[in-house]
Amino acid sequence: MRFCVMVRATKSSEAGQLPSAKLLADMGRFNEELVKAGVMLAGEGLQPSSKGARLRFSGDKRTVIDGPFAETKELIAGFWLWQCKSMAEALEWAKRCPRPFEFGDCEIEIRQVFEAEDFGVEFTPELREQEERLREQVAKSTNR
Amino acid sequence: MTAADPQQTIAAVWRIEAAKLIAALSRIVRDVGIAEELAQDALVAALEQWPQDGVPDNPGAWLMATAKHRAIDKLRRDELLQRKHAELAHELESVLGEANVNAEAALDDPFGDDVLRLVFTACHPVLSSEARTALTLRLLGGLTTDEIARAFLVPESTIAQRIVRAKRTLSEAEVPFEVPHGAEMTQRLCSVLEVIYLIFNEGYTATAGADWMRPQLCEEALRLGRILAGLMPDEAEVQGLIALMELQASRMHARTGPNGEPILLLKQNRARWDQLLIHRGLKTLARAERLGGSRQRYTLQAAIAACHARARNADETDWPCIAQLYAELAKVAPSPVVELNCAVAVSRAQGPAAGLALVDALFAEPALGSYHLLPTVRGDLLEKLGRKDEARMEFERAAALTRNARERELLLARAAGCD
Repeated sequence: MRFCVMVRATKSSEAGQLPSAKLLADMGRFNEELVKAGVMLAGEGLQPSSKGARLRFSGDKRTVIDGPFAETKELIAGFWLWQCKSMAEALEWAKRCPRPFEFGDCEIEIRQVFEAEDFGVEFTPELREQEERLREQVAKSTNR
Repeated sequence: MTAADPQQTIAAVWRIEAAKLIAALSRIVRDVGIAEELAQDALVAALEQWPQDGVPDNPGAWLMATAKHRAIDKLRRDELLQRKHAELAHELESVLGEANVNAEAALDDPFGDDVLRLVFTACHPVLSSEARTALTLRLLGGLTTDEIARAFLVPESTIAQRIVRAKRTLSEAEVPFEVPHGAEMTQRLCSVLEVIYLIFNEGYTATAGADWMRPQLCEEALRLGRILAGLMPDEAEVQGLIALMELQASRMHARTGPNGEPILLLKQNRARWDQLLIHRGLKTLARAERLGGSRQRYTLQAAIAACHARARNADETDWPCIAQLYAELAKVAPSPVVELNCAVAVSRAQGPAAGLALVDALFAEPALGSYHLLPTVRGDLLEKLGRKDEARMEFERAAALTRNARERELLLARAAGCD
């Protein structure tokens, strides 16, 4: 199963402060360990929300809202995609991560990624198509 | 909740640490079997202590220190061993002496040399391929005997015996705990890659039983492949194999329909292909080719899979390129199965008649006598040429040969469709 492991933003990340050379090196080592263990599928750091934008859907209207966004602790500063056997394994790896920021409290959030089978067969296009065909047929035969 | 369940934490720590632990212990006691038992003992100790005392801050180092103490206890207790290997025991004392100074020192294996030694030992040609597979999953994947047994649909006792026998064979053959060099390396690496691909294929296309695939084995094979790539970053064929597995796994969710029935590649909904795995696979393939793998078997197969991955729909498939790659593959890895695939590609590139001529030539091949895909392909080509009666007979023959229940249903449905 896959996990999206998100580093929550902090004041410093939102201010666009870059990590120190030491933190970069520590993070690099951790990433290397993840790759070598066959765990890491992808991973990226995100620029501050001041360079981001949001799209709000309201009825049929779509409104663009430019960053920065206020709720710092709810923002994401970076993420990984990991392949693990269980949430426990993802947590174990996360515990080995160096502190993502040097100052203040910070958090990493781990969320399991939906797999195709989690949606159940109802969501497969094949079946939906099949069902629609069946409905049409039923409709036709009752109209007759 | 997982955070509060030490059992799950221990299982997770074991999964992460098992290979490193067994590898480091193997270097110390020079016997993979004994090393594995010592590591297991440490795991049992963790299962007893961690739920009470809490999970230690550095669980890997805890397991290592515990296992090493058991190692020296064992050597001390075992008088015979001590007499025979007085030198070894002495060496171990000194290793432990250093280790006590820094508990993590002996665990340190910055270049992963111990794990690489373990890979080559578990996949040693002195073992049967079944034994290699079971031992690799056990020692490197950290899977339990029960998990391996369930994945391979055999009783747990069968796998347990297989592993015991494999460890004994390694011990009796005095297989050295080392990474081979020179010409032997090439040969031994083949054996390692073969084991990983076997595990992948066992998951990707179950040869028996009602389940079309057991994805966990695919994930396991990919993980082992990636670990190997981390240890041997410049081996083209290691990259080639990972590219092949990633590209094949990208189609995993599109390969079965709502009722679990197989969907053939060209009929698959490509929107369900995993773009992340395709992206990774293509990148890994490029790396394999850069490292000089273009004319090697796994890289060639990955290149073929990449042709499919790059096509946005089935009609866009570059069949001439695929036919050419298969022809190349037939040269480096001659096999009637490759020839059969080549025939399919040729039929797509030049029409069913051209493909049928190649398929018919293969009917003389005794190795394909009971291979269900030969009549499947022949039936498909005959059907396309409008020779329905002959096609039906081929599909029926194929249905009688396959061991996969889902596939049999599909073949019988195709036979019925020829009426």
